[in-house]
Amino acid sequence: MPYLLRRLGHAVFLLIGVSVLAFLFTVLAPGNYFDEMRLNPQIAPETISALRTQYELDRPLPIRYAHWVSSVVRGDMGFSFAYNSPVAPLLLIRARNTLLLTITAMLLAWGIALPLGVWSAEHQGGVPDRLVSSGTAALMVIPDLALALGLLVIAVKSGWFPAGGMISLSFESLSFLAKIRDLLLHMALPIAALAISVLPLLVRHVRAAVAEVLDAPFLLAAEGHGVSRRTLLYQYALPAAANPLISLFGFSIGTLLSGSLLVEVVMSWPGLGPFLLEAILARDLYVVIGGVLLSTLFLVGGNFLADLLLYWADPRIRTEAGT
Amino acid sequence: MKGKRTISKWVVLLLALHAIVIFAGFFAPYDPAEQDRKNPYLPPMRVHFVDAQGHFHARPFVNSLQLREGTFDQYKENTARVLPLSFFVQGPRYRLLGFVPTRLHLFGAENERIYLLGSDSYGRDQLSRFLYGGQVSLLSGLLGAGITLILGLCVGALAGFYGGWRDHLLMRLAELFLALPWLYLLFALRAFLPLAVSPLQAFFLIIAVLGAVGWARPARLFRGVVLSAKERDFVRAARGFGATRGYLLRRHILPEASGVLLTQAAILVPQFVLAEMTLSFLGLGVPEPVPSWGNLLSSLQQYSVLVSYWWMYLPAFIMMPFFLGYLGLGSRLQEYGEPYKIGK
Repeated sequence: MPYLLRRLGHAVFLLIGVSVLAFLFTVLAPGNYFDEMRLNPQIAPETISALRTQYELDRPLPIRYAHWVSSVVRGDMGFSFAYNSPVAPLLLIRARNTLLLTITAMLLAWGIALPLGVWSAEHQGGVPDRLVSSGTAALMVIPDLALALGLLVIAVKSGWFPAGGMISLSFESLSFLAKIRDLLLHMALPIAALAISVLPLLVRHVRAAVAEVLDAPFLLAAEGHGVSRRTLLYQYALPAAANPLISLFGFSIGTLLSGSLLVEVVMSWPGLGPFLLEAILARDLYVVIGGVLLSTLFLVGGNFLADLLLYWADPRIRTEAGT
Repeated sequence: MKGKRTISKWVVLLLALHAIVIFAGFFAPYDPAEQDRKNPYLPPMRVHFVDAQGHFHARPFVNSLQLREGTFDQYKENTARVLPLSFFVQGPRYRLLGFVPTRLHLFGAENERIYLLGSDSYGRDQLSRFLYGGQVSLLSGLLGAGITLILGLCVGALAGFYGGWRDHLLMRLAELFLALPWLYLLFALRAFLPLAVSPLQAFFLIIAVLGAVGWARPARLFRGVVLSAKERDFVRAARGFGATRGYLLRRHILPEASGVLLTQAAILVPQFVLAEMTLSFLGLGVPEPVPSWGNLLSSLQQYSVLVSYWWMYLPAFIMMPFFLGYLGLGSRLQEYGEPYKIGK
């Protein structure tokens, strides 16, 4: 277990580090939420300074950090100036929506990438391999932004999918099944945009990893023993190639979270993306810090999950940890 | 040396594409900020060789556009008004490369403005805006990547060469930067910098932010290169002969990193162009009226534009060859002489 403990300790270190880093960035900030008010002649300077005191913007940084940490422990994650409410409840709803997108997109992308990559590796240099590699190259050339906008154009032109949002206006009055259908229709485009944006990278890595182990003597031996092609590829080769892929799994979470930020804004999905953008434009300090920290938590969590998977899948790690 | 030849093919493609953008003033028929309020959202004009009577013309021409009767935003070609294209014409004044004043343009038409990629809401020429916007986007990508690589090289060399607590500290810091999804990091950095700035300030701000965001991954790669180079026999020999640390780094270790440097550059530049596009698209980057590839697309955030004016999406297509060039170059370089894995 020391391996897992070490990884967990590392994850905690990263979270604390990022929160300190985010607070240090705020020192750079030349303005704050209340600067806008200063331009308003109806608000007295005393009111503004009273507000500043109330929200502790005039206190030194370490004290602000300490207070913020205690508020995180209480489950508030600081205070949103714009919404006049604790950050955590605001953030959590959006985070749920973002996770709904990213997790589904990730499952979809991996679900397509694994068979496609294995298929391509199996036919190395053949027609399927070339098809797959030129297909992934073509997808890689499309910028994420263009992809999301392009899908939106298609949706609007064809009318097959709703253009943006998460639910229809009549959502509340729908039956349960119709609700699910409505949600799925709204999810289809953002998920497609996200999955397509990470797909080429995943396929290429799966192909490379599987191709590398395909020449291994144990696979030749298994083939000689008459093990079927399918078992050979999916039960023998894929687990042996799993190590770099599991690291990639952690990495793909980061890519998807970033991609999701953009896709959400383009498709007006009520996730972290539009919320964070709004907070940046309004200088809503703690919302930005909260959002950044939450994204780190997802990424670190995902990486920890990858570590767990690796521990489970790769006996070398277990023995290494045992000694 | 087949590898070398394919690399140079990609380099030639990229150089040609960049040359078009660098000499945007020459290739663009108009000034990117020049408005033509009477002609908002004109669709792209088609270039013809054969006129309505079926006669062939050696000189390509476009037809003037006119409103279809009974509509207010549907245009049709007015075949009676032919605007022949002339080449190497005197047009609006501009400064080539920023300092040579000239009026020479690759093409233009007399009497009337022509829009080969359509016009935007102010009647500005989308083609000119795309070309000038490329200057902003590509330059911020190139400079951002340059800063990132220099930072990464310094940090990586420092960590790898000196080792010990410096190595430990720098690598933990790098892990912090890697723990953040990059767009969130970009947002966080941008969030705490001034919002309302002049286009030039915004441009440098973006470059600084981009440069600060990406250093961690190259730094880790360079550290690996330095660590392995440090133990090479010729480096040990040089050290045995009493070479100073500075000399060792400059003369023996950094040249080892040049391959990684080039590959990383080919990978980072398009990423940073995309990052600039993302920021400008979201309104956090270079502001109007200065065009950039990001804010060219940002009008598509309005539903009405998305539905009615499809040509506003064209810039997204035309910029793809740039990404193709960098992608091709990057993967060739990786295959050619790059034993280090990119990514984690």
